Amino acid sequence: MQMIEIKNLTKRYGKKKAVDNISFTVEKGEILGFLGPNGAGKTTTMNILTGYISSNEGTVTVDGFDILKNPEEVKKRIGYLPENPPLYMDMTVIEYLNFVYDLKNVKLIKKEHLNEIMNLVKITDVSMRLIKNLSKGYKQRVGLAQALIGNPEILVLDEPTVGLDPKQINEIRELIKKLGKERTIILSSHILPEVSAICGRVIIINKGKIAASDTLENISKNISSSKTIVARIEGDLEGVTGVISAIEGVHSVSSKQCIEEGSNDYTISAADGFDIRRPLFYALSEKKLPILMLNDQTLSLEDVFLQLTTVEKSVSKVEGEKE
Amino acid sequence: MTAIFKREFKAYFTSPTGYIFLGFSLLLAGWFFAAGNLSTSSADMSSFFSSLGIIFIFLVPMLTMRLIAEDKRNKTDQLLLTSPVTITKIVLGKFFSAISLFGISLLIMVIYPLIMLIYGQPPIGNIIALYIGFFLLGVSLLSIGLFISALTESQITSAIVSFGVMLLLWLADWVSATLGNPIATTIIGWVSVLKRFEEFTMGILNLSSIIYYITFSAIFVFLTIQVIEKKRWS
Repeated sequence: MQMIEIKNLTKRYGKKKAVDNISFTVEKGEILGFLGPNGAGKTTTMNILTGYISSNEGTVTVDGFDILKNPEEVKKRIGYLPENPPLYMDMTVIEYLNFVYDLKNVKLIKKEHLNEIMNLVKITDVSMRLIKNLSKGYKQRVGLAQALIGNPEILVLDEPTVGLDPKQINEIRELIKKLGKERTIILSSHILPEVSAICGRVIIINKGKIAASDTLENISKNISSSKTIVARIEGDLEGVTGVISAIEGVHSVSSKQCIEEGSNDYTISAADGFDIRRPLFYALSEKKLPILMLNDQTLSLEDVFLQLTTVEKSVSKVEGEKE
Repeated sequence: MTAIFKREFKAYFTSPTGYIFLGFSLLLAGWFFAAGNLSTSSADMSSFFSSLGIIFIFLVPMLTMRLIAEDKRNKTDQLLLTSPVTITKIVLGKFFSAISLFGISLLIMVIYPLIMLIYGQPPIGNIIALYIGFFLLGVSLLSIGLFISALTESQITSAIVSFGVMLLLWLADWVSATLGNPIATTIIGWVSVLKRFEEFTMGILNLSSIIYYITFSAIFVFLTIQVIEKKRWS
């Protein structure tokens, strides 16, 4: 079931487009990762989705409710943890949670509900302390507790682990996984391992546009699908190079001497969208030139991320050809 | 709305603001009463309230400077605006919290006519008119402060601008007199909340004045809501 539908969303700040015609959907129960460098438009998208700011164009539909027509119905269903947790420093933790409970007009049994949340995010022992005296990690947890009040079906978490120590990061991640079992979660981050550890699906966003949207494995597969391969081929240099260059889709070939007598290592890069491994094999076998080694230069997640967010041209091509 | 009201009202007393406001307003009111009424054996409270009006030009910005500016600065407006509450309710909750604190100080000042009642027959009708009028004047000033608080993130800016605007309103009659332009005089006369209060000091409880104050406050509350709404779109 579709929980969130975002269509053609655009947000302009003056002339700058912070979010440029973004569309995506989130299924019920999904944990979606929102990945992108700083300033890519992650926070803006989340702020629009939660109703904090309005978009210039496009629609946001949550559980069938349009955010402009039924903002309260939408807001009831979403718990939001912004980048800086929206805490009142002059309140104690329990006072604050009581306030949020009243503010959100929750109908659950108050004491039970708040205790349950405080146990879940492990802030019971600081409940009587003033929020301004808490450490960053605890403040983050109080922020998370705030988002959980009223058991919203959707959680929107904007960089929930930023500024925490490694132990706290692990704890928060485990907690998010646990919460994700019965909720729909959108989580933003610029840390790749985090997203790959938690999220089922990833949307990579760059300069206000969606660069890729899939599972992380598929994204890296698509980007790295034999774009560059290294092959060790026996035979004379010119002949082999000639054969390789004649294959459709081959972009460039460079060779390097290798340790094996009579063969060279060729680095072959293919044009976007071409898988040249098979044509390469047939073309060479026809000429009786044996391939001794074929190495797919698989990109690591970081490479994928960098490629998607820095080399825009090739990315848009991949996207276009996929469609 | 009650949640916001309760939080805001409590916040006055988790910071020194509430205590300073009550302390100063009551100290000066006590002094005005002692000097203007007790020592002169006068039962006329109009000069008492005229003096108090000027004091409130200084005190009202103290109550309103925080209201919306602080939420913007601390990003707690993200919590408020993403909760299932309308902006109107958020603004009204905050506005009523300031009105309540102001109302409390005024309520404590009811002691003065009660003291006079023990020793004589003060003009009860006049005094009731004065209290109602002063309450309405205060609410109008608070609405201006609320509006200005929505325009900035800085509490200091909010306080200084509010104070400046209220000072201008106080001087409005003098300004319009020097201008000598009938249209300007009419416009300034309309926004001059302190001038309206003069009617009450004469013991007149005029319906049009009451409606004037209520309309004046409603307009500024409306403008406050618009400012917040507009910020979401820009």
